[in-house]
Amino acid sequence: MKLFLAFITKEFKHILRDTRTLIILFGMPIVQIILFGFALTNEVKDSRIGILDYSKDEASQHIIHELDASRYFDIEANFSNPQQIDQAFKEGKIRLAVVFPANFRHSLFQQNTASIQLIADASDPNTATTVVNYASSILKSYQDEVLGEQTLPYTIQPEIRMLYNPQLKGAYNFVPGVMAMILLLISAMMTSIAIVREKELGTMEVLLVSPVPPILVIVTKAIPYVLLSFINVSTILILSVNLLDVPIQGSLLLLLGESMLFIFAALALGLFISTITNSQQVAMLASLMVLLLPTLIFSGFMFPIENMPKPMQFISNLIPSKWYFFIVRDVMIKGLGFKCVLKESLILVAMTIGFVLIALKNYKTRLE
Amino acid sequence: MENKEIVIQAQGLTKRFGDFIATNAITFEVYKGEIFGFLGANGAGKTTAMKILIGISKPSGGEAKVAGFDVYSETEDIKKNIGYMSQKFSLYEDLTIRENIRFFGGIYGLDRKTIKEKTDVLLKTLGFEAEADKLVSSLPLGWRQKLSFSIAILHNPKIVFLDEPTGGVDPVTRRQFWDLIYEASNRGVTIFVTTHYMDEAEYCNRVSIMVDGKIEALDTPQNLKKQFHADSMDEVFHQLARKAKRSE
Repeated sequence: MKLFLAFITKEFKHILRDTRTLIILFGMPIVQIILFGFALTNEVKDSRIGILDYSKDEASQHIIHELDASRYFDIEANFSNPQQIDQAFKEGKIRLAVVFPANFRHSLFQQNTASIQLIADASDPNTATTVVNYASSILKSYQDEVLGEQTLPYTIQPEIRMLYNPQLKGAYNFVPGVMAMILLLISAMMTSIAIVREKELGTMEVLLVSPVPPILVIVTKAIPYVLLSFINVSTILILSVNLLDVPIQGSLLLLLGESMLFIFAALALGLFISTITNSQQVAMLASLMVLLLPTLIFSGFMFPIENMPKPMQFISNLIPSKWYFFIVRDVMIKGLGFKCVLKESLILVAMTIGFVLIALKNYKTRLE
Repeated sequence: MENKEIVIQAQGLTKRFGDFIATNAITFEVYKGEIFGFLGANGAGKTTAMKILIGISKPSGGEAKVAGFDVYSETEDIKKNIGYMSQKFSLYEDLTIRENIRFFGGIYGLDRKTIKEKTDVLLKTLGFEAEADKLVSSLPLGWRQKLSFSIAILHNPKIVFLDEPTGGVDPVTRRQFWDLIYEASNRGVTIFVTTHYMDEAEYCNRVSIMVDGKIEALDTPQNLKKQFHADSMDEVFHQLARKAKRSE
């Protein structure tokens, strides 16, 4: 026990005296949350648009006013001919142009049909689609307002509800993703680097020659990082609730418990990485290649897994962070209970055990 | 040979890695309190042999006893009775001198009081009192090396294994380091040392020279020089090493 404390004290000194790493450790989650929450978002806000209004009547003015009032659009220019629209797109001044034909109000109310032209800059297709959707929904709500009571005989009115995330906020997706990423980086990368550093220094050899059981050396290495990771989970949750307004729908206890499970899985991975390399650089590269990139690509947090080719979908099953991402999303965003994430949890448990076993086997063969 | 206490005994000790025989049936004895030089070119198999003796590698054949304990079944007992200093000096650079002493004393099961007493003595002997609370990273190489050796013998081991302890250190500091080794040897600690410096081989009581996994020569430096009609250990070593077929 005394020995155990001596090792833990030593590990904490290593971590606390390395100010640069310490700043990264605690700064990373905060920066990531802010980055993903505010800068790297799928939402397109304040798009600059241009208007070409041939009609200039009550109806077109009303719609223009609605567009301007929306937080998605800023009216940048009012055009008087189509050439100006072309020019504005070429100069990159606007993302969308809205063209009202002459006699807009008249055709809408007398002939019951009116068209509006939406011209979008599709050099960035995702943004173009999003912007056009925003504009269409504003037009639709105007139409509903005007036509109000008089329902047309044969129209299908799809009623859309966006479950769990009615405002379609990107943060709902990013928070679980950032959690998976940070935990993996800190638990796996930092642990593997810390172990490999001792190998590089030669102190690991001295510890192996001493009567200290090797398992104690490894376990005490991991414990401080468990604690740090836990602090980071808390930081991320506090930030996402208070700063990004992403509520925790499910049980907080379950969420923290599952996070612990994932931390253990990541530690086991870090342990595994430390057994296959002898240099800190390789450990870091391996962690980044094996952990960070697949987490970004295969966890489904940036690119939907359903769209990937079958072999890629299969690979995504091997990535631990994918399962943790699902768990956090289900528990935190959808508010589901333990029963619903049982499968994912069992997969993580199995992965953890697997990595520990492989690591131990590697470790033994090295001693032979 | 007078009747001396044997602390290391190897009999046909062999280590194979697949088809490669790193250590080929080596047989030797080391006596209590002597400085035993374990020489050989790179790849001659001395590190492999040493790893077996310090209990972190299992032999493929032969017998060996270290401090009276078997290298197959009693490695835990061996570990308690030896000290070890690797060629990298192996101290924690982000801990202070005092913290390093406390930590390494602790892993050999010394209690707080003993560690404190020993720390004071050690700092005084080495003249490190003023630097006790400085980080090891701020110390010059020679200091680290002396500190590392002192820590390796802190728990009064029967035998201390030094793996190329003077690599990259200037001759003056090396000389001072050997003074520490003599001092420990006088107190009855057995020193088992590997080195590349042939002037250091002259300081040893007895020297063994390994070539291609076998011990080709084993005697006092004087006798070896006589046997090979050489003026220095350097010449002895070169005559033997020339026969080597395998290199790194």
